[in-house]
Amino acid sequence: MNRICQTLLRQSYVRSSAVVAQSQLSGGVRATAAAMPAASFNATPLIISRFYAADATTDAAVVDKATLDKLVRTNKVVIFMKGNPSAPRCGFSNAVVQILRMHGVQYDAHDVLQNEALRQGVKDYTDWPTIPQIFIDGEFVGGCDILLQMHQSGDLIEELKKVGIISELLKAEEAKPKQEDSK
Amino acid sequence: MSKYNSKYLEDKLKTQLEAQHVSVVDESDGCGGKFSAVIVSAAFNGKTLLQKHRLVNSTLAEELKEIHAFSQKSYTPDEWEKVKEQQQQQ
Repeated sequence: MNRICQTLLRQSYVRSSAVVAQSQLSGGVRATAAAMPAASFNATPLIISRFYAADATTDAAVVDKATLDKLVRTNKVVIFMKGNPSAPRCGFSNAVVQILRMHGVQYDAHDVLQNEALRQGVKDYTDWPTIPQIFIDGEFVGGCDILLQMHQSGDLIEELKKVGIISELLKAEEAKPKQEDSK
Repeated sequence: MSKYNSKYLEDKLKTQLEAQHVSVVDESDGCGGKFSAVIVSAAFNGKTLLQKHRLVNSTLAEELKEIHAFSQKSYTPDEWEKVKEQQQQQ
């Protein structure tokens, strides 16, 4: 991991990788999205996720239910994670970020590592012992395992559709209709 | 460091959930902080994904305080048959 970071920090690399990313984009954005999930990460740079490192209520020992009621409804999809979407600090949180990115979902992310009151508050709120936690339309969906299973079964596409989000994966599938379940 | 190992967790899940199949893998290189589990139980019948996971979480409520990372796949017996079929196909 460290070596990768060092490589990324070198200026020459930054410049050349930017060019590479651009050329990838101008290439087949549509075509690669379905066949190679990894490529679709590059193909969807326009997703803007709002990110909150520290929330207003830092004084309280635990963020209370009323605050969380509001917090989980600030966007159609809201997640509580460790780190932030561009630098997740836990493998499970990272998996959630990657899944949502594949589906092209815009969401609000809250970093519980920045706010112990929030970390405990959200655990109490959902009665769920672990982070990350995902909310769709204010409803608690589950943690990483559940989101991953929903992603694999296709349920996530349906759940997103219910709240008016059309998954990028669905769009890609509809673009080339004859392919079944490419796993 | 937690005092739990995969055998202990398997036994507990098996008895408490009357599971027909449980496999717990220690992914922590022995320190007991990270496990992944596959659980098949009729107790999951008719439950949503979230309810299944909640059931397992509540069964292991004490243990999960110490276990840092716990990932689970919880299936009803019917779902498990399908999963096994899929795995054979691959």
